[in-house]
Amino acid sequence: MKRVGYFFLYFSLLVVALFQIVPLLWLFIFSLKDNREIFAGSPFALPSEFRWENYLKVWDGGIGIYFFNSVWITTLAIVLTVLFASMATFAITRMRWRLSGAVLSLFIIGLMIPIHSALIPLYSMFLSVNLIDNPLGVVITYTAYNLPITMMILLGFYYTLPKEIEEAAVIDGCSVNRMFFQVILPMTTPVMATTVVINMIYNWNEFVFVNTFISSEKYKTLTVGIQNFIGQYMTDWGAIGATLIISVLPIIIAFIFFSNKVVEGISASAVKG
Amino acid sequence: MNKVMSNKLLIALYISPALLLVLVLVFIPLILSGYYGLMEWDGIGDKTFIGLENYINGLQDMKFWSSAYHSFLLAIFSTLSLGIYLVISFILASKIKGSDLLRKIYLIPMLLSSVAIAQLWIKVYNPSNGILNVFLKQIGVENPPAWLADPSLVLFAIFIPILWQYAGFYILIYYAALKNIPESLIEAARIDGASAFQIATKIKLPLIKEVVSVTVVLAIVGSLKYFDLIYVMTSGGPNGASEVMASYMYKLAFSSYNFGYGSAIGFLLLIITLIVTFIVRKLTTPKERIEY
Repeated sequence: MKRVGYFFLYFSLLVVALFQIVPLLWLFIFSLKDNREIFAGSPFALPSEFRWENYLKVWDGGIGIYFFNSVWITTLAIVLTVLFASMATFAITRMRWRLSGAVLSLFIIGLMIPIHSALIPLYSMFLSVNLIDNPLGVVITYTAYNLPITMMILLGFYYTLPKEIEEAAVIDGCSVNRMFFQVILPMTTPVMATTVVINMIYNWNEFVFVNTFISSEKYKTLTVGIQNFIGQYMTDWGAIGATLIISVLPIIIAFIFFSNKVVEGISASAVKG
Repeated sequence: MNKVMSNKLLIALYISPALLLVLVLVFIPLILSGYYGLMEWDGIGDKTFIGLENYINGLQDMKFWSSAYHSFLLAIFSTLSLGIYLVISFILASKIKGSDLLRKIYLIPMLLSSVAIAQLWIKVYNPSNGILNVFLKQIGVENPPAWLADPSLVLFAIFIPILWQYAGFYILIYYAALKNIPESLIEAARIDGASAFQIATKIKLPLIKEVVSVTVVLAIVGSLKYFDLIYVMTSGGPNGASEVMASYMYKLAFSSYNFGYGSAIGFLLLIITLIVTFIVRKLTTPKERIEY
């Protein structure tokens, strides 16, 4: 009896796993087929011939440039976010000043803001300082909107660093700048790695800011780029599938290598609401 | 030591990049949104002050209320689905082999962009070649529906990918909370003769009440802000049947260039989100904190 119950429970978990994985599997399979085979054959039959040319076609057809934009915009925003968040968290948790508590609550409130309420004013602000259709506008927006969550993840770690570190550094005549960059920052590497992974997922997948601020093809990132691109190839399922797989591949690869960091970061981001 | 660590200039230097960015790009736009809501404005030309007209129009706009209704429906669906995630997490946390791998598989959709998810599910729902209808035809359903083109089905059809996307996230949170319960408590209950079901409902569930309350807030507030997936999948259609608050606001501003009215709707979205967050927190937060 116990055995039957156990089997039933296990079976229900596997059903959920299938539900999560089957649409992606189907996507990958049809990304290697042509329309004739997709429409005529069974959905999960392996392609009679693996049509990797679908991937080449969409990469050369415009996805390459979107991919490149996603890479550099994501990377630059990650560097700025993690650096500024680390500096601010250091100032709030390790330095002594009267307003630190108030400033911290400001960042915490920042976690709850619905971005759509800020979108129109942001657009008109950027328009007046030439940051519309300028990737730098997107980079600073990503940085600003990811700072609160990044700081929340860093905070816990900074609170646990022993006070003796600064004491020793100060007695040795070390300046605050050297203490931060050469002592504290290297010590926070594990938690910084978590914030990097989380920022990577957020930035790579972001849609509405790019869709609103960027109009030139040459600056579009993957999320917005594939949107137009799929319009062009509307009827070629293989090409659409290849485009989608290319757009999600970097995140999947990051997940395979850093799944524990991702799990950690996503659990920590649960405070975001 | 104290003197070095309370140097005002250095503090300003360390806090200001983050503080300035958040003030200028997050908080000031929010205030401006309320202010622009008082204007008639096409986004390019001059602003004309028209008082509360936009807000009054917003409160009488049937399209806005219908989009708010859809947002609240999604919020209710999302909250109810938390029950499924809880059950799965209980099973997963009961010393199942491979639970670590399963949890990670569940999480994969959460990592993908809403645009990719939307495009994938447009294909899943394709009336003639999508896997859903191919499957339905195989098991003998003769005229399976055109899911995304049917006004009475579209909201449910959109909810399935939302479920797909967030399942792993909530399961992860519940699983972590369940694993945090000390084994000794469970052991004590077992010795007293409690059944597995009693342990789950009478001991574990009350102990993770606080986490459940946080996820209820997340599910509701997240649904009220929902945008990307719907915008890409249906862009609010057919005929407004899947319009939500954020997509309605977005269209007003960036398709109709009605920036003043769009700002007012955006500001109402902010107010509604804050009020709902406050109410849900008040209703769901347990009175006393549980320590163990």
